[in-house]
Amino acid sequence: MRYRTGQRVRVDSRTHQGHHRTPGYLKGKTGTIERVHASFPNPETCAYGADGSPKQPLYLVGFAQRDVWPGYSGRGADRLYADVFEHWLEDAE
Amino acid sequence: MTGHDHEHEHAHTPIASGDEPAAAARVRALEELLVEKGAIRVEDVRQRIDWLVSRSPADGARLVARAWIDPEFKERLLADARSAALELGLDPGPSPVVVALENTATVHHLVVCTLCSCYPKALLGPPPDWYKSLPYRSRAVSDPRGVLAEFGVALADDVELRVVDSTADIRYLVIPRRPAGTEALDEEELSALVTRDSMIGVAHASRVETMSPPAYPPFSS
Repeated sequence: MRYRTGQRVRVDSRTHQGHHRTPGYLKGKTGTIERVHASFPNPETCAYGADGSPKQPLYLVGFAQRDVWPGYSGRGADRLYADVFEHWLEDAE
Repeated sequence: MTGHDHEHEHAHTPIASGDEPAAAARVRALEELLVEKGAIRVEDVRQRIDWLVSRSPADGARLVARAWIDPEFKERLLADARSAALELGLDPGPSPVVVALENTATVHHLVVCTLCSCYPKALLGPPPDWYKSLPYRSRAVSDPRGVLAEFGVALADDVELRVVDSTADIRYLVIPRRPAGTEALDEEELSALVTRDSMIGVAHASRVETMSPPAYPPFSS
């Protein structure tokens, strides 16, 4: 596990041909590690019949809604959380 | 089982019939092919469907009602919802991690899966159709207060709204707030207030006065 709770991370903005579980709307956005879940089979190879090894660490990452949507119309404290695999995260500290 | 590596000279049964939606026809065609190639059996599909429709929000409601009356159970539920479900004899499903999210006077959670339709099916049953719809999946993250308003939930300005996009292997379940005036209710009565929608976060738990089943309109011939 490369990251710990509270660390600032940025979601990689690369494009990826084929199945992956990183939502496009979060690519390039900066958030905070909220939970360190566990390691899970990599969905990018599982989707094509492989066993997903090596497993990839999975984190719950929290974002300020205003950082995700520049025109966000809700309240300033509103937050958005998503599970992101480690190989889609980079250090933002 | 016959092999299917021959040329397609023979006529197949028509894949789509009448008004069958394109997606349903595609799924049926895939299922027929997978069965024909021996990848799955019809019984496997039927068993999976039977399991899915045998699940219901009543199981999730038991978790919530117990958490409302037992603070120590609530702590265990928040720490590890999978273990807490097993403790009550409930099936937490195949996901190795289930997370319960507690709504409070100052925090409200809303669950969505923007990538597909991830949902704690073992504890809540099949997801509602709107949960799988593109409008819900896109607007729940970009305009969650607008979505909640359409479900009849007006959040106060000082409530922090936390949208959880279940993008991977974790399944999320909301613990709604216990309604006021329910101090005298027992666990079973409390669980009747815990609706499916309240465990997704698009509704509050029901109020006591709405507990009786909805009345049917008068029958007229």
